[in-house]
Amino acid sequence: MADEALFLLLHNEMVSGVYKSAEQGEVENGRCITKLENMGFRVGQGLIERFTKDTARFKDELDIMKFICKDFWTTVFKKQIDNLRTNHQGIYVLQDNKFRLLTQMSAGKQYLEHASKYLAFTCGLIRGGLSNLGIKSIVTAEVSSMPACKFQVMIQKL
Amino acid sequence: MAVCVAVIAKENYPLYIRSTPTENELKFHYMVHTSLDVVDEKVSAMGKALVDQRELYLGLLYPTEDYKVYGYVTNSKVKFVMVVDSSNTALRDNEIRSMFRKLHNSYTDVMCNPFYNPGDRIQSSGNLGISLSCRAFDTMVTSMMIQVC
Repeated sequence: MADEALFLLLHNEMVSGVYKSAEQGEVENGRCITKLENMGFRVGQGLIERFTKDTARFKDELDIMKFICKDFWTTVFKKQIDNLRTNHQGIYVLQDNKFRLLTQMSAGKQYLEHASKYLAFTCGLIRGGLSNLGIKSIVTAEVSSMPACKFQVMIQKL
Repeated sequence: MAVCVAVIAKENYPLYIRSTPTENELKFHYMVHTSLDVVDEKVSAMGKALVDQRELYLGLLYPTEDYKVYGYVTNSKVKFVMVVDSSNTALRDNEIRSMFRKLHNSYTDVMCNPFYNPGDRIQSSGNLGISLSCRAFDTMVTSMMIQVC
């Protein structure tokens, strides 16, 4: 479908746009990731508001994480998370073996250093979604071999 | 039909509150405020219920002599409270439910407006980008308040 391609293209442009403005000195150099993450945060908030409009109320934290892995991921990335692991103490690891935003790049370890900027938006997306559902969290991403990646969600207990 | 419509944020401060101008506004503010405890109670009791009973619509919160107060909580913990004249017997549960759905749809539209800052009051003054979707929300609430009066 066309909308998939549009999202990928827009996301690529967003990343290169932010980095270009950093080169021209509009954004501080180290702030690019933060900026992309914040964009993702706001989008995540909006998306979750729309996606959860017709769902039943969530039972607990795990129920919410499952929703993120299944429904949310399917709508945004057209596939489910491949593996969800948790230590039942507020840490969740979401593993995607073929992450859409990385499939455009050559597989393997060649461009590993550039992967982080293509994951920042998605980290924000998860964090924004969870925050709107009342869960404060820290989300980090990690890549060891190209289209596969892991997102670690650390829930901040009050 | 509705005499007062309120949207309350996750942290329990009002995002939007509107009542019929002919009556004492403060009275409705009190009513909505009182209803928040009932909302909390209902939501925490619902955690243990079965999936098909975990609805967003909470039903009648409490009746007073002249009014009935209904509640609805979204998954993002935003609360909608509606006060209805209890002399209006034509209003069934289903109608109230569909009114809340409409309210939720409009709220979602406001929330997805990129000019809106989550947590801000919904008011149609301010910059043009946001005032448009807030005005749509306002119009929708107005239509709920004058319908079938």
